[in-house]
Amino acid sequence: MSDGAVRVAAGQGFWGDWLEAPYRQVTGGPVDYLMMDYLAEVTMSIMQKQKSRDPALGYATDFVPLMERLLPILVERRIKVTANAGGVNPRGCARAVAEVARRLGLAGRLRIGVVTGDDLLERLDALLGRGHELRNLDTGRPLAEVRDRVLAANAYLGATPVVEALAGGADLVITGRVTDTGLTLAPLIHAFGWRPDDWDRLAAGTVAGHIIECGAQASGGNCLADWETIPDLAHVGYPIVEARPDGTFDIVKHPGTGGRISVAGVTEQLVYEMGDPTAYITPDCIADFTTIRLAQVGRDRVRVSGVRGGPPTDRLKVSVAYFYGYKAVGTLVYAWPDALKKAKLADRILRRRLADLGLEFEAIRTEFVGAGATHGPLAALGPLADDLPEVELRIAVRSRERGPVERFTREIAPLILNGPPSVTGFAGGRPKPEEIVAYWPALIDRREVRPSVEFVDV
Amino acid sequence: MNRRLDRAAKGGSARGRRRRVRLLQLAHARSGDKGDTANIGVIARKPEYYPLLVREVTAARVARHFKGLITGPVERFELPNLHALNFLLHGALDGGGTVSLKTDAQGKVLSTALLRMEVEVPR
Repeated sequence: MSDGAVRVAAGQGFWGDWLEAPYRQVTGGPVDYLMMDYLAEVTMSIMQKQKSRDPALGYATDFVPLMERLLPILVERRIKVTANAGGVNPRGCARAVAEVARRLGLAGRLRIGVVTGDDLLERLDALLGRGHELRNLDTGRPLAEVRDRVLAANAYLGATPVVEALAGGADLVITGRVTDTGLTLAPLIHAFGWRPDDWDRLAAGTVAGHIIECGAQASGGNCLADWETIPDLAHVGYPIVEARPDGTFDIVKHPGTGGRISVAGVTEQLVYEMGDPTAYITPDCIADFTTIRLAQVGRDRVRVSGVRGGPPTDRLKVSVAYFYGYKAVGTLVYAWPDALKKAKLADRILRRRLADLGLEFEAIRTEFVGAGATHGPLAALGPLADDLPEVELRIAVRSRERGPVERFTREIAPLILNGPPSVTGFAGGRPKPEEIVAYWPALIDRREVRPSVEFVDV
Repeated sequence: MNRRLDRAAKGGSARGRRRRVRLLQLAHARSGDKGDTANIGVIARKPEYYPLLVREVTAARVARHFKGLITGPVERFELPNLHALNFLLHGALDGGGTVSLKTDAQGKVLSTALLRMEVEVPR
Protein backbone atom coordinates (compact mmCIF):
# COMPACT_ATOMS: atom_id res chain seq x y z
CA MET A 1 0.00 0.00 0.00
CA SER A 2 1.09 3.57 -0.65
CA ASP A 3 1.31 4.45 3.05
CA GLY A 4 3.93 1.77 3.60
CA ALA A 5 1.55 -0.40 5.61
CA VAL A 6 1.39 -4.15 5.03
CA ARG A 7 -1.89 -6.01 5.36
CA VAL A 8 -1.94 -9.59 6.56
CA ALA A 9 -5.41 -11.17 6.45
CA ALA A 10 -6.51 -14.18 8.51
CA GLY A 11 -8.22 -16.76 6.30
CA GLN A 12 -8.56 -19.84 8.53
CA GLY A 13 -8.34 -20.16 12.31
CA PHE A 14 -8.27 -23.96 12.35
CA TRP A 15 -8.75 -26.94 10.02
CA GLY A 16 -12.51 -26.88 9.59
CA ASP A 17 -13.01 -23.10 9.73
CA TRP A 18 -15.41 -21.23 7.40
CA LEU A 19 -14.50 -22.02 3.79
CA GLU A 20 -15.87 -18.67 2.54
CA ALA A 21 -13.56 -16.63 4.78
CA PRO A 22 -10.34 -16.79 2.70
CA TYR A 23 -12.24 -16.03 -0.50
CA ARG A 24 -13.89 -13.01 1.11
CA GLN A 25 -10.54 -11.84 2.50
CA VAL A 26 -8.83 -11.73 -0.91
CA THR A 27 -11.79 -10.20 -2.78
CA GLY A 28 -13.25 -7.79 -0.19
CA GLY A 29 -10.48 -5.18 -0.29
CA PRO A 30 -6.73 -4.75 -0.52
CA VAL A 31 -4.54 -7.29 1.29
CA ASP A 32 -0.88 -8.26 0.78
CA TYR A 33 -0.78 -11.62 2.55
CA LEU A 34 -3.31 -14.31 3.34
CA MET A 35 -2.42 -16.22 6.53
CA MET A 36 -4.03 -19.57 7.20
CA ASP A 37 -3.59 -21.60 10.38
CA TYR A 38 -4.65 -25.25 10.12
CA LEU A 39 -2.92 -27.03 12.96
CA ALA A 40 -4.33 -27.71 16.42
CA GLU A 41 -2.53 -29.83 18.99
CA VAL A 42 -3.76 -33.22 17.83
CA THR A 43 -4.24 -32.43 14.14
CA MET A 44 -0.76 -33.76 13.32
CA SER A 45 -1.64 -37.27 14.54
CA ILE A 46 -4.75 -37.39 12.33
CA MET A 47 -2.55 -36.40 9.39
CA GLN A 48 0.12 -38.94 10.34
CA LYS A 49 -2.56 -41.65 10.30
CA GLN A 50 -3.73 -40.56 6.84
CA LYS A 51 -0.15 -40.58 5.59
CA SER A 52 0.45 -44.11 6.87
CA ARG A 53 -2.52 -45.25 4.73
CA ASP A 54 -1.49 -43.23 1.68
CA PRO A 55 2.04 -41.72 1.52
CA ALA A 56 0.74 -38.94 -0.77
CA LEU A 57 -1.54 -37.63 2.03
CA GLY A 58 -0.90 -36.23 5.52
CA TYR A 59 -1.82 -32.58 4.94
CA ALA A 60 -4.97 -30.42 5.20
CA THR A 61 -6.71 -31.74 2.10
CA ASP A 62 -9.23 -28.85 2.11
CA PHE A 63 -6.36 -26.54 1.22
CA VAL A 64 -6.04 -27.87 -2.34
CA PRO A 65 -9.60 -27.17 -3.61
CA LEU A 66 -9.43 -23.86 -1.73
CA MET A 67 -6.27 -22.92 -3.66
CA GLU A 68 -7.94 -24.01 -6.87
CA ARG A 69 -10.61 -21.40 -6.19
CA LEU A 70 -8.24 -18.67 -5.00
CA LEU A 71 -5.07 -19.02 -7.11
CA PRO A 72 -6.24 -17.00 -10.13
CA ILE A 73 -7.19 -14.13 -7.78
CA LEU A 74 -3.99 -14.43 -5.74
CA VAL A 75 -1.78 -14.35 -8.84
CA GLU A 76 -3.67 -11.44 -10.39
CA ARG A 77 -3.58 -9.35 -7.21
CA ARG A 78 -0.10 -10.51 -6.15
CA ILE A 79 -1.33 -11.68 -2.77
CA LYS A 80 1.05 -14.09 -1.05
CA VAL A 81 0.02 -16.95 1.21
CA THR A 82 1.50 -18.37 4.41
CA ALA A 83 -0.17 -21.59 5.57
CA ASN A 84 0.77 -24.49 7.82
CA ALA A 85 -1.56 -26.69 5.78
CA GLY A 86 1.37 -29.01 4.99
CA GLY A 87 0.87 -30.95 8.22
CA VAL A 88 3.18 -33.98 8.22
CA ASN A 89 3.61 -33.88 4.44
CA PRO A 90 4.33 -30.32 3.21
CA ARG A 91 6.00 -31.62 0.03
CA GLY A 92 2.94 -33.72 -0.82
CA CYS A 93 0.71 -30.69 -0.22
CA ALA A 94 2.93 -28.51 -2.44
CA ARG A 95 2.85 -31.14 -5.22
CA ALA A 96 -0.95 -31.28 -5.10
CA VAL A 97 -1.23 -27.47 -5.22
CA ALA A 98 1.32 -27.27 -8.08
CA GLU A 99 -0.74 -29.74 -10.08
CA VAL A 100 -3.87 -27.66 -9.59
CA ALA A 101 -1.96 -24.49 -10.57
CA ARG A 102 -0.77 -26.06 -13.83
CA ARG A 103 -4.30 -27.15 -14.64
CA LEU A 104 -5.38 -23.53 -14.12
CA GLY A 105 -2.81 -22.42 -16.69
CA LEU A 106 -0.52 -20.75 -14.16
CA ALA A 107 2.67 -22.53 -15.31
CA GLY A 108 5.65 -20.18 -15.01
CA ARG A 109 3.74 -17.76 -12.79
CA LEU A 110 3.89 -19.34 -9.36
CA ARG A 111 6.65 -20.35 -6.95
CA ILE A 112 5.79 -22.46 -3.90
CA GLY A 113 8.07 -22.43 -0.85
CA VAL A 114 8.06 -25.59 1.25
CA VAL A 115 9.19 -25.51 4.89
CA THR A 116 10.17 -28.81 6.51
CA GLY A 117 12.39 -29.94 9.37
CA ASP A 118 9.77 -29.89 12.13
CA ASP A 119 8.97 -33.61 11.86
CA LEU A 120 10.98 -35.54 14.48
CA LEU A 121 9.16 -38.88 14.24
CA GLU A 122 11.91 -40.65 12.26
CA ARG A 123 14.60 -39.22 14.52
CA LEU A 124 12.87 -39.93 17.82
CA ASP A 125 14.87 -43.00 18.85
CA ALA A 126 18.14 -41.30 17.99
CA LEU A 127 17.16 -38.26 20.06
CA LEU A 128 16.07 -40.37 23.04
CA GLY A 129 19.26 -42.40 22.67
CA ARG A 130 21.34 -39.24 22.95
CA GLY A 131 19.72 -38.36 26.25
CA HIS A 132 16.88 -36.07 25.16
CA GLU A 133 14.15 -37.32 27.49
CA LEU A 134 11.33 -35.17 26.08
CA ARG A 135 9.66 -35.06 29.48
CA ASN A 136 5.98 -34.17 29.54
CA LEU A 137 5.70 -30.47 30.45
CA ASP A 138 2.58 -31.13 32.54
CA THR A 139 3.43 -34.40 34.28
CA GLY A 140 7.24 -34.52 34.18
CA ARG A 141 7.21 -38.12 32.88
CA PRO A 142 9.87 -39.15 30.29
CA LEU A 143 8.65 -39.93 26.76
CA ALA A 144 10.22 -43.41 26.92
CA GLU A 145 7.12 -44.50 28.89
CA VAL A 146 4.87 -44.15 25.85
CA ARG A 147 7.48 -44.41 23.06
CA ASP A 148 5.92 -47.52 21.50
CA ARG A 149 2.60 -45.71 21.12
CA VAL A 150 3.88 -42.46 19.60
CA LEU A 151 2.05 -41.45 16.39
CA ALA A 152 3.58 -38.05 15.65
CA ALA A 153 6.31 -35.78 17.01
CA ASN A 154 6.83 -32.25 15.69
CA ALA A 155 8.91 -29.33 16.85
CA TYR A 156 7.34 -25.88 16.58
CA LEU A 157 9.28 -23.83 14.04
CA GLY A 158 9.13 -20.05 14.10
CA ALA A 159 9.00 -17.35 11.43
CA THR A 160 12.61 -17.69 10.22
CA PRO A 161 12.20 -20.42 7.57
CA VAL A 162 9.00 -18.76 6.30
CA VAL A 163 10.92 -15.48 5.88
CA GLU A 164 13.60 -17.43 3.99
CA ALA A 165 10.96 -18.84 1.66
CA LEU A 166 9.47 -15.39 1.02
CA ALA A 167 12.96 -13.95 0.43
CA GLY A 168 13.52 -16.73 -2.11
CA GLY A 169 10.55 -15.46 -4.09
CA ALA A 170 7.82 -17.80 -2.89
CA ASP A 171 4.26 -16.69 -3.63
CA LEU A 172 2.84 -19.48 -1.51
CA VAL A 173 4.59 -20.82 1.59
CA ILE A 174 3.39 -24.24 2.72
CA THR A 175 4.74 -25.44 6.04
CA GLY A 176 4.49 -28.23 8.58
CA ARG A 177 4.36 -27.34 12.28
CA VAL A 178 5.17 -23.63 12.14
CA THR A 179 3.68 -21.65 15.04
CA ASP A 180 0.40 -19.88 14.39
CA THR A 181 2.04 -16.55 15.23
CA GLY A 182 5.04 -17.18 12.95
CA LEU A 183 2.75 -17.26 9.90
CA THR A 184 1.83 -13.60 10.52
CA LEU A 185 5.21 -12.44 11.86
CA ALA A 186 7.14 -13.78 8.85
CA PRO A 187 5.49 -11.53 6.22
CA LEU A 188 6.15 -8.49 8.45
CA ILE A 189 9.84 -9.37 8.92
CA HIS A 190 10.11 -9.93 5.17
CA ALA A 191 8.29 -6.75 4.17
CA PHE A 192 9.93 -4.40 6.68
CA GLY A 193 13.37 -6.00 6.93
CA TRP A 194 13.16 -6.23 10.74
CA ARG A 195 16.46 -7.42 12.21
CA PRO A 196 16.55 -10.83 13.89
CA ASP A 197 17.32 -9.21 17.26
CA ASP A 198 14.80 -6.37 17.06
CA TRP A 199 12.89 -7.97 19.92
CA ASP A 200 10.22 -5.29 20.36
CA ARG A 201 9.19 -5.44 16.71
CA LEU A 202 9.32 -9.24 16.64
CA ALA A 203 7.16 -9.24 19.77
CA ALA A 204 4.74 -6.81 18.11
CA GLY A 205 4.44 -9.09 15.06
CA THR A 206 3.90 -12.03 17.40
CA VAL A 207 1.09 -10.21 19.21
CA ALA A 208 -0.43 -9.40 15.81
CA GLY A 209 -0.26 -13.10 14.96
CA HIS A 210 -1.87 -14.09 18.25
CA ILE A 211 -4.75 -11.67 17.68
CA ILE A 212 -5.67 -13.01 14.24
CA GLU A 213 -4.65 -16.69 14.55
CA CYS A 214 -8.15 -17.75 15.62
CA GLY A 215 -9.84 -15.94 12.75
CA ALA A 216 -13.15 -14.30 13.62
CA GLN A 217 -12.56 -14.67 17.36
CA ALA A 218 -10.93 -11.23 17.03
CA SER A 219 -13.69 -9.65 14.95
CA GLY A 220 -16.91 -10.42 16.81
CA GLY A 221 -17.13 -14.22 16.76
CA ASN A 222 -17.44 -15.97 20.13
CA CYS A 223 -17.29 -12.53 21.73
CA LEU A 224 -19.08 -12.14 25.08
CA ALA A 225 -18.77 -8.34 25.31
CA ASP A 226 -22.01 -6.85 23.93
CA TRP A 227 -22.65 -10.03 21.92
CA GLU A 228 -26.29 -9.23 21.28
CA THR A 229 -25.45 -6.07 19.36
CA ILE A 230 -22.66 -7.43 17.15
CA PRO A 231 -24.00 -6.94 13.62
CA ASP A 232 -24.34 -9.43 10.77
CA LEU A 233 -22.28 -12.38 12.01
CA ALA A 234 -23.65 -14.25 8.97
CA HIS A 235 -21.19 -12.22 6.90
CA VAL A 236 -18.55 -11.72 9.58
CA GLY A 237 -15.39 -10.05 8.32
CA TYR A 238 -12.27 -11.92 9.40
CA PRO A 239 -9.54 -9.78 11.01
CA ILE A 240 -6.72 -8.10 9.10
CA VAL A 241 -3.45 -6.81 10.56
CA GLU A 242 -2.52 -3.48 9.01
CA ALA A 243 1.11 -3.15 10.13
CA ARG A 244 3.63 -0.32 9.92
CA PRO A 245 7.43 -0.59 9.83
CA ASP A 246 7.74 0.77 13.41
CA GLY A 247 5.92 -2.26 14.80
CA THR A 248 2.61 -0.58 15.55
CA PHE A 249 -0.42 -2.02 13.81
CA ASP A 250 -4.20 -1.76 13.51
CA ILE A 251 -6.66 -4.63 13.59
CA VAL A 252 -9.30 -3.98 10.92
CA LYS A 253 -11.72 -5.83 8.64
CA HIS A 254 -13.03 -5.23 5.14
CA PRO A 255 -15.71 -2.55 4.73
CA GLY A 256 -19.26 -3.83 4.47
CA THR A 257 -18.59 -7.04 6.35
CA GLY A 258 -20.29 -8.12 9.57
CA GLY A 259 -18.84 -8.50 13.03
CA ARG A 260 -17.05 -5.86 15.06
CA ILE A 261 -13.45 -4.84 15.80
CA SER A 262 -13.47 -3.39 19.32
CA VAL A 263 -11.03 -3.02 22.19
CA ALA A 264 -13.21 -5.37 24.25
CA GLY A 265 -13.23 -8.04 21.54
CA VAL A 266 -9.52 -7.80 20.78
CA THR A 267 -8.79 -8.00 24.51
CA GLU A 268 -10.83 -11.21 24.75
CA GLN A 269 -8.68 -12.72 22.02
CA LEU A 270 -5.45 -11.46 23.63
CA VAL A 271 -6.18 -13.34 26.86
CA TYR A 272 -7.29 -16.48 25.01
CA GLU A 273 -5.09 -19.52 25.80
CA MET A 274 -2.72 -17.29 27.75
CA GLY A 275 -0.30 -18.40 30.44
CA ASP A 276 2.05 -15.93 32.14
CA PRO A 277 1.28 -12.68 30.28
CA THR A 278 4.78 -11.29 30.83
CA ALA A 279 6.32 -14.22 28.94
CA TYR A 280 4.49 -15.35 25.82
CA ILE A 281 7.19 -17.68 24.52
CA THR A 282 7.62 -18.46 20.82
CA PRO A 283 10.60 -19.72 18.80
CA ASP A 284 11.08 -16.11 17.60
CA CYS A 285 10.99 -14.08 20.81
CA ILE A 286 9.32 -13.66 24.18
CA ALA A 287 6.49 -11.12 24.06
CA ASP A 288 5.35 -9.23 27.16
CA PHE A 289 1.56 -8.89 26.94
CA THR A 290 1.52 -6.46 29.88
CA THR A 291 3.11 -3.83 27.61
CA ILE A 292 0.37 -3.91 24.96
CA ARG A 293 -1.61 -0.69 24.49
CA LEU A 294 -4.97 -0.80 22.72
CA ALA A 295 -7.00 2.12 21.39
CA GLN A 296 -10.21 2.37 19.37
CA VAL A 297 -9.02 4.79 16.66
CA GLY A 298 -11.96 4.38 14.32
CA ARG A 299 -15.01 2.31 13.63
CA ASP A 300 -13.89 -1.34 13.47
CA ARG A 301 -10.28 -0.24 13.90
CA VAL A 302 -8.18 -0.99 17.01
CA ARG A 303 -4.61 0.32 17.25
CA VAL A 304 -2.00 -1.84 18.97
CA SER A 305 1.23 -0.25 20.19
CA GLY A 306 3.83 -0.29 22.93
CA VAL A 307 4.68 -3.98 22.64
CA ARG A 308 7.97 -4.97 24.26
CA GLY A 309 9.81 -8.24 23.86
CA GLY A 310 13.03 -10.12 24.49
CA PRO A 311 15.08 -12.97 23.07
CA PRO A 312 13.60 -16.49 22.92
CA THR A 313 14.78 -19.44 25.00
CA ASP A 314 17.31 -21.98 23.71
CA ARG A 315 14.64 -24.66 23.53
CA LEU A 316 11.75 -25.35 21.17
CA LYS A 317 8.40 -26.84 22.06
CA VAL A 318 7.70 -30.31 20.71
CA SER A 319 4.21 -31.70 20.38
CA VAL A 320 4.03 -35.46 20.55
CA ALA A 321 0.82 -37.39 19.86
CA TYR A 322 0.44 -40.93 21.18
CA PHE A 323 -2.24 -43.60 21.23
CA TYR A 324 -4.04 -43.61 24.58
CA GLY A 325 -7.13 -45.85 24.38
CA TYR A 326 -10.83 -45.65 23.53
CA LYS A 327 -13.87 -43.65 24.49
CA ALA A 328 -17.55 -43.43 23.59
CA VAL A 329 -20.41 -41.08 24.40
CA GLY A 330 -24.06 -42.11 24.57
CA THR A 331 -27.01 -39.72 24.87
CA LEU A 332 -30.75 -39.99 25.54
CA VAL A 333 -33.29 -37.21 26.00
CA TYR A 334 -35.88 -37.31 28.82
CA ALA A 335 -38.97 -35.06 28.72
CA TRP A 336 -41.24 -33.37 31.27
CA PRO A 337 -42.54 -34.20 33.81
CA ASP A 338 -39.59 -34.91 36.12
CA ALA A 339 -37.14 -34.99 33.21
CA LEU A 340 -34.08 -34.68 35.45
CA LYS A 341 -35.26 -37.38 37.87
CA LYS A 342 -35.84 -39.78 34.97
CA ALA A 343 -32.41 -39.06 33.49
CA LYS A 344 -30.80 -39.65 36.89
CA LEU A 345 -32.60 -42.98 37.29
CA ALA A 346 -31.53 -44.05 33.79
CA ASP A 347 -27.94 -43.21 34.71
CA ARG A 348 -28.11 -45.37 37.86
CA ILE A 349 -29.63 -48.27 35.91
CA LEU A 350 -26.98 -48.04 33.19
CA ARG A 351 -24.11 -47.92 35.68
CA ARG A 352 -25.56 -50.95 37.53
CA ARG A 353 -25.73 -52.90 34.26
CA LEU A 354 -22.14 -52.00 33.35
CA ALA A 355 -21.04 -53.21 36.79
CA ASP A 356 -23.08 -56.42 36.48
CA LEU A 357 -21.33 -57.10 33.17
CA GLY A 358 -18.00 -56.76 34.96
CA LEU A 359 -16.82 -54.05 32.55
CA GLU A 360 -13.90 -52.00 33.77
CA PHE A 361 -13.37 -48.42 32.72
CA GLU A 362 -10.71 -45.89 33.49
CA ALA A 363 -13.50 -43.34 33.83
CA ILE A 364 -17.29 -43.07 33.54
CA ARG A 365 -18.71 -39.55 33.41
CA THR A 366 -22.36 -38.56 33.50
CA GLU A 367 -23.64 -35.11 32.59
CA PHE A 368 -27.21 -33.84 32.49
CA VAL A 369 -27.26 -31.45 29.56
CA GLY A 370 -29.70 -28.63 30.26
CA ALA A 371 -29.37 -29.10 34.00
CA GLY A 372 -25.80 -28.07 34.76
CA ALA A 373 -23.54 -30.06 32.41
CA THR A 374 -21.09 -27.22 31.83
CA HIS A 375 -21.19 -25.25 35.09
CA GLY A 376 -21.95 -28.15 37.45
CA PRO A 377 -23.06 -27.18 40.96
CA LEU A 378 -22.31 -23.50 40.21
CA ALA A 379 -25.58 -23.47 38.28
CA ALA A 380 -28.14 -23.73 41.08
CA LEU A 381 -31.43 -24.75 39.47
CA GLY A 382 -33.66 -24.33 42.53
CA PRO A 383 -37.33 -25.21 41.99
CA LEU A 384 -36.71 -25.16 38.23
CA ALA A 385 -35.01 -28.57 38.53
CA ASP A 386 -38.38 -30.33 38.82
CA ASP A 387 -39.97 -28.52 35.90
CA LEU A 388 -37.40 -28.64 33.08
CA PRO A 389 -39.02 -29.35 29.68
CA GLU A 390 -36.28 -31.86 28.86
CA VAL A 391 -32.85 -33.04 29.94
CA GLU A 392 -30.24 -34.87 27.89
CA LEU A 393 -28.50 -37.72 29.68
CA ARG A 394 -24.94 -37.80 28.38
CA ILE A 395 -22.80 -40.63 29.60
CA ALA A 396 -19.21 -41.16 28.49
CA VAL A 397 -16.72 -43.94 29.17
CA ARG A 398 -12.98 -44.33 28.65
CA SER A 399 -10.81 -47.42 28.67
CA ARG A 400 -7.36 -48.51 27.54
CA GLU A 401 -9.10 -51.48 25.86
CA ARG A 402 -11.63 -51.41 23.04
CA GLY A 403 -13.76 -54.30 24.40
CA PRO A 404 -15.50 -52.59 27.33
CA VAL A 405 -16.14 -49.43 25.29
CA GLU A 406 -17.65 -51.47 22.46
CA ARG A 407 -19.96 -53.28 24.92
CA PHE A 408 -20.99 -49.96 26.52
CA THR A 409 -22.23 -48.66 23.15
CA ARG A 410 -24.80 -51.51 23.09
CA GLU A 411 -26.23 -50.67 26.52
CA ILE A 412 -27.78 -47.30 25.61
CA ALA A 413 -30.61 -48.23 23.23
CA PRO A 414 -32.19 -50.88 25.49
CA LEU A 415 -32.97 -48.13 28.03
CA ILE A 416 -35.53 -46.70 25.64
CA LEU A 417 -37.85 -49.67 26.22
CA ASN A 418 -36.64 -51.04 29.54
CA GLY A 419 -35.81 -47.87 31.50
CA PRO A 420 -37.64 -44.75 32.73
CA PRO A 421 -40.42 -43.26 30.53
CA SER A 422 -40.72 -40.17 28.28
CA VAL A 423 -37.44 -40.89 26.52
CA THR A 424 -36.48 -39.97 22.97
CA GLY A 425 -33.60 -38.70 20.84
CA PHE A 426 -31.91 -41.91 19.76
CA ALA A 427 -32.28 -41.36 16.03
CA GLY A 428 -28.51 -41.22 15.55
CA GLY A 429 -28.21 -44.90 16.41
CA ARG A 430 -25.60 -46.68 18.50
CA PRO A 431 -22.58 -44.55 19.47
CA LYS A 432 -19.22 -45.50 18.00
CA PRO A 433 -16.05 -46.23 19.99
CA GLU A 434 -13.49 -43.56 19.23
CA GLU A 435 -9.70 -43.91 19.38
CA ILE A 436 -8.10 -41.45 21.77
CA VAL A 437 -4.89 -39.81 20.56
CA ALA A 438 -3.39 -37.92 23.47
CA TYR A 439 -1.09 -34.92 23.49
CA TRP A 440 2.38 -34.89 25.06
CA PRO A 441 4.01 -31.44 25.19
CA ALA A 442 7.80 -31.35 25.66
CA LEU A 443 10.86 -29.19 25.03
CA ILE A 444 13.98 -29.84 22.99
CA ASP A 445 17.33 -28.09 22.51
CA ARG A 446 16.78 -25.87 19.47
CA ARG A 447 20.14 -26.91 17.97
CA GLU A 448 18.60 -30.35 17.33
CA VAL A 449 16.02 -28.89 14.96
CA ARG A 450 17.12 -27.80 11.51
CA PRO A 451 14.40 -26.14 9.45
CA SER A 452 14.79 -26.48 5.71
CA VAL A 453 13.32 -24.55 2.78
CA GLU A 454 12.88 -25.74 -0.80
CA PHE A 455 10.99 -24.42 -3.79
CA VAL A 456 8.57 -25.87 -6.31
CA ASP A 457 8.24 -23.80 -9.50
CA VAL A 458 4.94 -24.32 -11.24
CA MET B 1 -27.58 -0.39 37.36
CA ASN B 2 -24.43 0.58 35.49
CA ARG B 3 -24.57 4.15 36.72
CA ARG B 4 -24.74 2.91 40.29
CA LEU B 5 -21.74 0.67 39.67
CA ASP B 6 -19.82 3.57 38.14
CA ARG B 7 -20.55 5.76 41.13
CA ALA B 8 -19.55 2.96 43.44
CA ALA B 9 -16.27 2.32 41.65
CA LYS B 10 -15.37 6.02 41.67
CA GLY B 11 -16.47 7.31 45.02
CA GLY B 12 -17.32 4.31 47.15
CA SER B 13 -15.55 4.49 50.46
CA ALA B 14 -14.18 1.37 52.06
CA ARG B 15 -16.22 2.09 55.20
CA GLY B 16 -19.53 2.48 53.39
CA ARG B 17 -22.28 -0.09 53.10
CA ARG B 18 -21.62 -2.80 50.56
CA ARG B 19 -23.68 -5.05 48.34
CA ARG B 20 -23.07 -8.13 46.26
CA VAL B 21 -23.23 -8.25 42.47
CA ARG B 22 -22.44 -10.93 39.96
CA LEU B 23 -19.00 -10.63 38.38
CA LEU B 24 -20.82 -10.75 35.02
CA GLN B 25 -21.92 -7.14 35.65
CA LEU B 26 -18.34 -5.96 36.14
CA ALA B 27 -16.45 -8.08 33.64
CA HIS B 28 -16.50 -10.17 30.49
CA ALA B 29 -14.24 -13.15 29.91
CA ARG B 30 -12.85 -15.77 27.52
CA SER B 31 -11.37 -19.14 28.41
CA GLY B 32 -9.34 -21.85 26.70
CA ASP B 33 -7.04 -24.79 27.36
CA LYS B 34 -3.44 -25.93 27.45
CA GLY B 35 -3.42 -29.64 28.21
CA ASP B 36 -5.24 -30.25 31.50
CA THR B 37 -4.95 -26.57 32.49
CA ALA B 38 -7.69 -24.07 31.67
CA ASN B 39 -7.08 -20.34 31.46
CA ILE B 40 -9.73 -17.71 32.09
CA GLY B 41 -9.07 -14.13 31.07
CA VAL B 42 -11.35 -11.76 33.00
CA ILE B 43 -11.69 -8.25 31.57
CA ALA B 44 -13.20 -5.22 33.33
CA ARG B 45 -16.20 -3.85 31.41
CA LYS B 46 -14.89 -0.37 32.29
CA PRO B 47 -11.36 0.62 33.36
CA GLU B 48 -12.81 1.96 36.65
CA TYR B 49 -13.89 -1.56 37.60
CA TYR B 50 -10.38 -3.01 37.35
CA PRO B 51 -9.30 -2.18 40.94
CA LEU B 52 -12.46 -3.91 42.17
CA LEU B 53 -11.50 -7.04 40.23
CA VAL B 54 -7.95 -6.96 41.61
CA ARG B 55 -9.28 -6.66 45.14
CA GLU B 56 -12.19 -9.10 44.97
CA VAL B 57 -11.28 -11.78 42.45
CA THR B 58 -8.21 -13.28 44.11
CA ALA B 59 -6.66 -16.63 43.26
CA ALA B 60 -7.93 -17.97 46.59
CA ARG B 61 -11.51 -16.87 45.86
CA VAL B 62 -11.42 -18.40 42.40
CA ALA B 63 -10.08 -21.64 43.87
CA ARG B 64 -12.98 -21.64 46.38
CA HIS B 65 -15.48 -20.88 43.60
CA PHE B 66 -14.34 -23.92 41.60
CA LYS B 67 -13.85 -26.19 44.64
CA GLY B 68 -14.63 -29.79 43.74
CA LEU B 69 -14.54 -28.98 40.02
CA ILE B 70 -10.76 -28.71 39.63
CA THR B 71 -8.02 -30.88 41.11
CA GLY B 72 -5.04 -28.48 41.07
CA PRO B 73 -4.13 -24.98 42.23
CA VAL B 74 -5.18 -21.61 40.77
CA GLU B 75 -2.67 -18.97 39.65
CA ARG B 76 -3.46 -15.32 38.94
CA PHE B 77 -1.66 -12.83 36.70
CA GLU B 78 -2.44 -9.12 36.38
CA LEU B 79 -2.64 -7.16 33.11
CA PRO B 80 -3.34 -3.58 34.25
CA ASN B 81 -2.73 -2.35 30.69
CA LEU B 82 -5.74 -4.36 29.46
CA HIS B 83 -7.70 -4.02 32.72
CA ALA B 84 -7.67 -7.79 32.82
CA LEU B 85 -6.74 -10.68 35.08
CA ASN B 86 -5.60 -14.06 33.82
CA PHE B 87 -6.28 -17.20 35.83
CA LEU B 88 -4.73 -20.61 35.31
CA LEU B 89 -6.84 -23.46 36.67
CA HIS B 90 -4.72 -26.58 36.89
CA GLY B 91 -6.38 -29.98 36.65
CA ALA B 92 -9.60 -28.43 35.37
CA LEU B 93 -10.32 -30.55 32.31
CA ASP B 94 -10.51 -34.22 33.32
CA GLY B 95 -7.18 -34.92 31.61
CA GLY B 96 -7.71 -32.35 28.89
CA GLY B 97 -8.06 -32.32 25.11
CA THR B 98 -8.94 -35.64 23.56
CA VAL B 99 -8.69 -37.68 26.78
CA SER B 100 -11.38 -35.72 28.64
CA LEU B 101 -14.94 -37.05 28.76
CA LYS B 102 -16.42 -33.62 29.54
CA THR B 103 -18.74 -31.78 27.16
CA ASP B 104 -16.53 -28.78 27.84
CA ALA B 105 -13.27 -30.68 27.36
CA GLN B 106 -11.44 -27.51 26.33
CA GLY B 107 -12.78 -25.29 29.10
CA LYS B 108 -14.47 -22.94 26.64
CA VAL B 109 -17.31 -22.01 28.99
CA LEU B 110 -15.42 -21.94 32.28
CA SER B 111 -15.27 -18.22 31.48
CA THR B 112 -18.96 -17.69 32.22
CA ALA B 113 -18.82 -20.19 35.09
CA LEU B 114 -16.42 -17.77 36.78
CA LEU B 115 -18.64 -14.78 35.95
CA ARG B 116 -21.31 -16.35 38.18
CA MET B 117 -19.17 -15.43 41.18
CA GLU B 118 -20.63 -12.79 43.50
CA VAL B 119 -18.37 -9.96 44.57
CA GLU B 120 -18.78 -7.13 47.05
CA VAL B 121 -18.99 -3.59 45.73
CA PRO B 122 -19.60 -0.33 47.60
CA ARG B 123 -23.27 0.61 47.66
